[in-house]
Amino acid sequence: MKKLLNDPADLVAESLRGVERAHPELRVDHENRILYRADAPVSGKVGLLSGGGSGHEPAHAGFIGPGMLDAVCAGEVFTSPVPDQMSEATKNIDGGAGVLHLVWNYTGDVMNFDMAAELAAAETDTEVQAVVIDDDVAVEDSLFTAGRRGTGAAIPVEKIVGAAAEQGRGLTELADLARRVNDNTRSMGMALTSCTVPAKGTPTFDLPDDEIEIGIGIHGEPGRRRVPIAPAREIAPMLVEPLLADLDFTSGDGVLVFVNSMGATPMLELHLMYAEIAAILDRAGVVPVRSLVGPYVTSLDMAGCSVTLTRFDDELLRLWDAPVATLGLRWGM
Amino acid sequence: MPGDAVDTAALQRWLRTFAASVAEQRDHLTALDAAIGDADHGANMHRGMSAVVAALDTAPATDPAALFKQAGMTLVKSVGGASGPLYGTLFLRMAPATGGAASLDPETFAKALRAGLEGVVARGKAELGDKTMVDALAPALDALDAALAAGEPLADALRAASAAADEGRDATVPLVARKGRASYLGERSAGHQDPGATSTALLVAAAATGLVEQDDSS
Repeated sequence: MKKLLNDPADLVAESLRGVERAHPELRVDHENRILYRADAPVSGKVGLLSGGGSGHEPAHAGFIGPGMLDAVCAGEVFTSPVPDQMSEATKNIDGGAGVLHLVWNYTGDVMNFDMAAELAAAETDTEVQAVVIDDDVAVEDSLFTAGRRGTGAAIPVEKIVGAAAEQGRGLTELADLARRVNDNTRSMGMALTSCTVPAKGTPTFDLPDDEIEIGIGIHGEPGRRRVPIAPAREIAPMLVEPLLADLDFTSGDGVLVFVNSMGATPMLELHLMYAEIAAILDRAGVVPVRSLVGPYVTSLDMAGCSVTLTRFDDELLRLWDAPVATLGLRWGM
Repeated sequence: MPGDAVDTAALQRWLRTFAASVAEQRDHLTALDAAIGDADHGANMHRGMSAVVAALDTAPATDPAALFKQAGMTLVKSVGGASGPLYGTLFLRMAPATGGAASLDPETFAKALRAGLEGVVARGKAELGDKTMVDALAPALDALDAALAAGEPLADALRAASAAADEGRDATVPLVARKGRASYLGERSAGHQDPGATSTALLVAAAATGLVEQDDSS
């Protein structure tokens, strides 16, 4: 393992110190590993809380700020944060209109957020609702598994709900909106290489030089199948066709096309993939109206990419375009 | 029988023994998790049980219920992932089942473990055969109950429970995971031993070797 580290056990804590020094617009509670937008709680606004394991940067802390999240709980690498963190954050972002938990669908995250909501209900009168994000079509037979994973959909969900929260919309309406964005979003990822979890020090799985893994998660968990390495024009359909088969993206007012790096894949390759993906969408009659290309939901140092499509209607498009000021997304303000 | 009382000191020995075996098996647990999960089970359980031992050292609980509550809350606070809520719930649910007694007879201890298992099932929604910690814990508690009902001393009953947990753990190898992160692999999860069932077998083994340590030497 070759990484910029001191002691792997201190990685998250030391990285949060750097976030605090580099980004004064965020407030960092080091003891509880919570990051807040500096002006939280925003009076009269529903507080938006997300979080999860570390190792997905810029998710989750990169999406805190006006127009998006109010706070994020950081867990250990690839490990859900704990209920105490979530209930503490919930109390501190309640501006009097309640708090919405945006939970990525992983067994640990869902259980810890459940316990946090129980704690919050027992200790405060903050009204809490939770929406689970689950967009990964690589998970088949979701009735017989922990369900579809939460991956790229978190970005449009958090962005769009964040914009609507700034407009002063209520908790239930925002929860419905979050579910609507989630229901209109599908993702699929692939890996060229495994990632290396610092505490383990060796790659999580072995992937021969001439093979790739299709249907990968964002934690180094192996995917559904391995196939021989192929040109990008042959890999793109392996990612896009399952999305198109799962949801009719030709209806509606166009789609957001989000091509995400798993961490180690450069922009040069991501844009090549974007061209391949756009060509497939053209042939399928799917109209891209917005794009997002870059590392947003990563898996440490894994090479590979994921594709997320969100079916927009006029309202979702307007909320996507609304101003946002976070480390990861910034426009209009 | 009189030597079979499970008091706070015995329960402390159990937890310390479990913490020691988790520390020793840390890399093994992580390697099992790397095969079908996300390569953190050993590190997470080690962090949690180290915190439990630290809590025992700094603020020793005075009765079994307080000890279970302290261990459960410490695990919930320090582990994260799925293991934190599941192991935390296991101990948290054991606390009320003790009825506040200073010392538990073997049947009450077994009843408390059963309440813990029910908590785990309620929290994780796993059934027997889903390739989870339930596959080690459920047969272990059945064996414990059966041995106690047959009049066996606690030490022997816990050894039977540990053997059943080990069997349950081994039986997870061919199973296809239906809960947790391993379930994403579908059929590819078969052929691997479940890390959660493995750490649970260590927990039951720690009861067999740690809890009744003094009985063995008497």
